Amino acid sequence: MIISRLKTALVAATAVAVLVLGGLSAHAASGYPINKPKNVDWSFNGPFGHWDVGQLQRGLKVYTEVCAACHSLNLMSYRNLEDLGYTGTQISNYAAEYEVEDGPNDDGEMFTRPAEPTDRFVGPYANKQEAISANGGAYPPDMSLLAKARAVERGFPTFIFDIFTMYAANGPDYIYSLLTGYQDPPEDADVLDGLHYNPYFIAGNALAMSNPLFDELVTYDDGAPETADQYAKDVSAFLMWTAEPNLDERKKRGFVVVLFLLVFAGLLYFTKKKVWADVSH
Amino acid sequence: MSGHSTYQPTSGFGKWMDARLPMARLMHDSFVSYPVPRNLNAFYTFGGILMLMLVSQIITGVVIAMHYTSDASTAFESVQLLRRDVSYGGLMQNWHAVGASFFFIAVYLHIARGMYYGSYKAPREVLWILGVIIYLLMMATAFMGYVLPWGQMSYWGAQVITNFFSAIPLVGDTVREYLLGGYSVGNATLNRFFSLHYLLPFMIAGIAILHVWALHVTGQTNPTGVEVKSKQDVIPFTPYATIKDAMALVIFFAVMAYFVFFLPDYLGHADNYIEANPLVTPAHIVPEWYFLPFYAVLRAIDFNIVIPFTDIVLIDSKLGGVLAMFGAIAILFFLPWLDTSDVRSGNYRPLFRIAFAIFVINAIFLGYLGSRPAEGIWVPLMKASTLVYFAYFIPILPLLGWIEKPLPRPASIMDAVMEKSQDEGAAHIEGSAAEPNTKG
Repeated sequence: MIISRLKTALVAATAVAVLVLGGLSAHAASGYPINKPKNVDWSFNGPFGHWDVGQLQRGLKVYTEVCAACHSLNLMSYRNLEDLGYTGTQISNYAAEYEVEDGPNDDGEMFTRPAEPTDRFVGPYANKQEAISANGGAYPPDMSLLAKARAVERGFPTFIFDIFTMYAANGPDYIYSLLTGYQDPPEDADVLDGLHYNPYFIAGNALAMSNPLFDELVTYDDGAPETADQYAKDVSAFLMWTAEPNLDERKKRGFVVVLFLLVFAGLLYFTKKKVWADVSH
Repeated sequence: MSGHSTYQPTSGFGKWMDARLPMARLMHDSFVSYPVPRNLNAFYTFGGILMLMLVSQIITGVVIAMHYTSDASTAFESVQLLRRDVSYGGLMQNWHAVGASFFFIAVYLHIARGMYYGSYKAPREVLWILGVIIYLLMMATAFMGYVLPWGQMSYWGAQVITNFFSAIPLVGDTVREYLLGGYSVGNATLNRFFSLHYLLPFMIAGIAILHVWALHVTGQTNPTGVEVKSKQDVIPFTPYATIKDAMALVIFFAVMAYFVFFLPDYLGHADNYIEANPLVTPAHIVPEWYFLPFYAVLRAIDFNIVIPFTDIVLIDSKLGGVLAMFGAIAILFFLPWLDTSDVRSGNYRPLFRIAFAIFVINAIFLGYLGSRPAEGIWVPLMKASTLVYFAYFIPILPLLGWIEKPLPRPASIMDAVMEKSQDEGAAHIEGSAAEPNTKG
């Protein structure tokens, strides 16, 4: 019995070692960022993680009034805003503020019309070339998947603990840290002309985007503090939602599936014990 | 396996069918009455787990393929639309991607079990070689599958790996162009990789059937390494192995589900959420974790091999790296003949156990090195670790057979089982002396 338990423990230990190896490839080495991202206690962290709908609504407001000046959101449609608790009319009104090109009509001509809920989010630029040209050669990336496309190396042994704490907020933590991380460069820092020093930036010590958020920049109507810090949090959560709108559904489903499999495994354990009771092995 | 079939069709249809196509008899003989050693431990459950993992990957893959477009301009977005707008699409996609990783976790444990218990030794050489072929096909399938989402790591991983083939002297560039369908990774590459990614799993299934066939001819090994000698040594597959494999499978799936639902991106790379861009190279191109040990071997060879006292380069560093990397896998084919010891199980080989432990730890360390950049202290470490990897196969394994004094082995499986249960029985009685033994 003791030996078989030891063996089971050995199997488990080997499996963990292999998973640890797995964690490595996701976190390759690099000199940047200078500072590790700050960890935020997001509502969507952990096994019972869920969206804070109020926060997502505020995040949408920050995106619309600040980020959308340069960043597109190509994978999102206006209809997706239903998830944030908006009604059909509210969504139609929101969409109607943007113009999309449609056609050809019966005369064979292209025309513009107000956007509808089924349309994708209209971006600030007609195409990538215009975006690059308007921003001095730096392309403001599409934000749909940004919260999944950025992950700072967690380092040993943190990435092992991450398995057990279910840490998966690399993206939003990074975005929040970057947005609140602008500061004066230290004297020995070598910052290129036109770039802005930020020790949280993943690919260098400075980036082309200047600090976009300031206190009282966006008006909130739900009483949340109108600070740059709060804006950064809200828009990071919003971008986690755009990167994976089904995140809370996934976690709810996962809880049921894992629980079922564990109970099933328990039942099989007792069945196996009974079947093997008369066999020495 | 050997012995007469005990299948007795009961129904009229069963008898009719048995005289024409004895499919039910084959299944009965293979998975019901098939005798397995009574002393198999948990490590012997991974074969069954791998079968089910293959089925699971094929089912999720077929569903995903219904929503995927293998066109370079729409592939990336089609995966996102699957994740966002298809019912259970995100679940299917995560299950397939995380499933690939868990397929490799299972196969590495399965291979390690075979190496420790000497499962490759006579008369199981063909069984072992079929297994290595499956492993190679798995690697090809996984690599091409990783290219399909057409993210940054997909694209640049494909660049790096197809570049290996151009290292082959004379025909290398031609081979690479045929593989890519052009001069660089592009739409043609994506299309042929999709086609092959759909084909190879069925080839794996075919070889897996041969693998099981070969297994059922020779019978399983067991932790003692002693062959089955009498009916006492074995028990029927059903219910004993069936229930044990089922339990192991469900536990394995529970761990996998934990990752699928709570950490779906843990084993992946964030850069693959950026669409492929031929103009922007990622800071570090890293393969998936299951290729990391071989990636370290590849980069350990950073020197040319020259004829001494001349400047003539025999093998340049690029070809050398590729040869070492493929050699690290190909050497597995020769394992049955490299191990010269007659003793099958590592349990009775004190020196082998040490060598094997070092090999496993080194293989994991080699994987860690694979994730590091090829600079500074990491390069000499990669070289040392690569040397240790190959040293296990040559010369340590051949030499051990000569110098090692194995421990005494039990006369039969039943003897080993009886001895073990006596030891445990004694411990049990000591521990519960106050409790009367009602079962006698």
